[in-house]
Amino acid sequence: MGNAVKDHKGRPFVVVTGIGIVTSVGEGKEDNWRNLTAGVSGVRKISRFPTEGLRTEIAGTIDWKGDTRYCAPLHSIGLAKKSAAEAIAQSGIGSKGSFPGPLFVANSPAETNWDQRMVVYNDPAGANSTGYDRLLKNVRAGDFSRYYSLFQFASIAEHLADEFGTRGQAISLTTACASGATSVQLGVEAIRRGDTDAALCIGTDGGICEEMVVRFNLLSALSTQNDDPQGASKPFSKTRDGFVMAEGSATLVLESYESAKARGAKILGVVRGAGERADTFHRTRSTPDGSAIIDTITRSMADAGMTPAEIDCINAHGTSTPENDKMEFLSLSAALGSDLDNTPISSNKSMIGHTLSAAGTIEAAISLLTIQNGVIPPTINCNELDPNILMDVVPNEKRIKSVNSVMSNSFGFGGQNVCLIFSAEPV
Amino acid sequence: MSIEKTEVWVTGIGLVSSLGEGLDTHWAQLASGKGPEPAIDTQDQAPYAVHPIVEIDVGAQIPKRSDQRQMGPWQHLGVYTAGLALDDAGIANNPELLAATNMIVAAGGGERDLDVDSAIMEKISGAENPGPILNTSLNSELRPTLFLAQLSNLMAGNISIVHGVTDSSRTFMGEESAGVSAIETAVAQIQHGQGEVFLVGGAYIAERADMSMLMEFGHTLWQGEPGSVWSRENTDGGMVMGSAGAFLILESRKHAEARGAKPYASINKVVADRCTRQPGAAREVADGLFEQVRSEIPAGPLPVLTGCCGVQPQLKEEHDFLNGLSEFGIDPVIRGVTTVFGNTLEAQFPVSVALASLAISKGAFFDPFDDTGVEKEYSSDPERILISTWAHWRGESLALVEKPDVPLRGGQ
Repeated sequence: MGNAVKDHKGRPFVVVTGIGIVTSVGEGKEDNWRNLTAGVSGVRKISRFPTEGLRTEIAGTIDWKGDTRYCAPLHSIGLAKKSAAEAIAQSGIGSKGSFPGPLFVANSPAETNWDQRMVVYNDPAGANSTGYDRLLKNVRAGDFSRYYSLFQFASIAEHLADEFGTRGQAISLTTACASGATSVQLGVEAIRRGDTDAALCIGTDGGICEEMVVRFNLLSALSTQNDDPQGASKPFSKTRDGFVMAEGSATLVLESYESAKARGAKILGVVRGAGERADTFHRTRSTPDGSAIIDTITRSMADAGMTPAEIDCINAHGTSTPENDKMEFLSLSAALGSDLDNTPISSNKSMIGHTLSAAGTIEAAISLLTIQNGVIPPTINCNELDPNILMDVVPNEKRIKSVNSVMSNSFGFGGQNVCLIFSAEPV
Repeated sequence: MSIEKTEVWVTGIGLVSSLGEGLDTHWAQLASGKGPEPAIDTQDQAPYAVHPIVEIDVGAQIPKRSDQRQMGPWQHLGVYTAGLALDDAGIANNPELLAATNMIVAAGGGERDLDVDSAIMEKISGAENPGPILNTSLNSELRPTLFLAQLSNLMAGNISIVHGVTDSSRTFMGEESAGVSAIETAVAQIQHGQGEVFLVGGAYIAERADMSMLMEFGHTLWQGEPGSVWSRENTDGGMVMGSAGAFLILESRKHAEARGAKPYASINKVVADRCTRQPGAAREVADGLFEQVRSEIPAGPLPVLTGCCGVQPQLKEEHDFLNGLSEFGIDPVIRGVTTVFGNTLEAQFPVSVALASLAISKGAFFDPFDDTGVEKEYSSDPERILISTWAHWRGESLALVEKPDVPLRGGQ
């Protein structure tokens, strides 16, 4: 691109000028990068609530010192504020409390959790009734205005828009486990349209509670290797048995290349392209021939104007479920052909766990750090690679390699597939 | 960028509400000259009234029982209504078109099993060590399919599975504003060539105690007889919720003309913003939004659909804002959509766009929805209809639905 500010399709180049990240392995870019390249796992026994009676007792939860009572949307908001503050500070864009562009927040649906439900239930006003009659009597009699502002579906994005002073209506979005990547797509599209010069793209998920664990357990999606928390997430391994839930947030400040250069901002990377294709096969599984994922990957390369040979490295969706990892390999080998043989593919989820709504943004951030540092974080816990997965998964040890471009995959329940491609800014 | 924006047409509508199913039913109810008779249920969520959803023949749009079993009433309604829109636009069963159809769904979700919740609350209330009891109860009482029926993006997921819509698929969450952002985004994407065809909309089921609780956390629900939304203007206010599903096919003019599809209307202006709702702040936002559409609106009578939900002080502020358009020589002829439909949350803005498109295509506006005197008669052929949507909590928007310069659906 050099001095060109438009891409191969005549659209404004979209660049990243700020990155923020908080995960189970660390707070901030430095902390995360040190631990991710050292192969440190953030998975642990859940201590937030009793796990007695649950099939899964491990997760990559994030609990702050001195945390008061857990509240899911507040936790998601808190995580997002950390990553967004880091990204905006690095970018140097706007002024405090005034971000000059729209907000796209990927988050889990804000729900009234059992803690709050029981706070309402145990109020005295409705003591003579049961069930929702009792809840509603108590709500009418009491002051729950705080819950009103926390449990709307718009709540998380609204509170973040208040904090960072973004422009226009705050968009709160979900595409299940592809949500974070969707937030980046929406930012890229807005800048390419010329609607804005900058966008704040946040993925955040602080939603680990009893009911979430049970829900995923009922779908047999989670690892139950409770005795070895740090070894439980083992993407691409023969003995993988499900994903490990985790919490975290990442933020990207996106800008048009033209406006970033004009204000002298440091360019951290370029969002070269995005691809998407919804699947029609099943609510939790991909079409067996991988066609929707293959199309997603192919479309991302077409959007980026790049060929398989130009992809230096892949940041895998790599959840550690038997289904995902098999399908990801099958689809990548079809979409990239023999070029996949020379393309290392690494799953950050082996260390962080699966941050669900935030994963796409977190992995976008790590993809950009990979390009910046010329180091590919490892896929840890890879002691016995699945013999049917013929890929270089960067097992257990980081890889030092000059990386100019990274493909990042995100797939979600409901047939959601998104693939993003990042590259360095050519000198 | 100096690229001329593509015109966006509404080429398909699916609409199901408390009034009934389909455009003809709605037109008959709302433009018969007699005034609408809102459907109201005062028992289901007592002491709150709701506008209940009419019965739908789920199997007509979701033929497989195995698919039906994976969803609850909310997803049934959305997938059903989306199917109506795809049928109406002539896209259903056309694999090539479906593969190029993008989707933005405005979703709530979290449809809970109230019996399970109630049993667990009783079990753990007052228990010395409630945690393990909660865990065991959730494990034994929740069904795997319930989670998928609760997931917000699974309305879109089920639309892909049942109807075969497979280009991009996004789900926006966030009450009324999610509906606005969904259509605002789709319009912008079409205008800039980021897609030619979009399926956009949402659905809401009001007959849910968990949702009544969420709304009542803010003491925002109206108790007792609903009446017209304007009749609550000199009270502390409150809203009546309603059930509805509304999906639209938005399409670039070029794409529609190439396949011989006629429009109901065009939608080229959707502007939206937010504030923290300090007194007067929403009015200020709305005034700013109006500046962005003002040049499109000549002086004289202007048909307006407003989503005023009845919560104060927004009800009064929004009404003042609309009356204030007289400053520009505009005489707003207002219809309060929630008087008839209730607040249908994520579906509310899509419902309003569907109604406005219907009116444009019929070459007439709706009868006054009430007899408080706020809503005046309008007997001309509307060139444009303004939609004002202030969410019950956050978010304000304006949109213009207009008459394109071509023959319209409905024979006008």
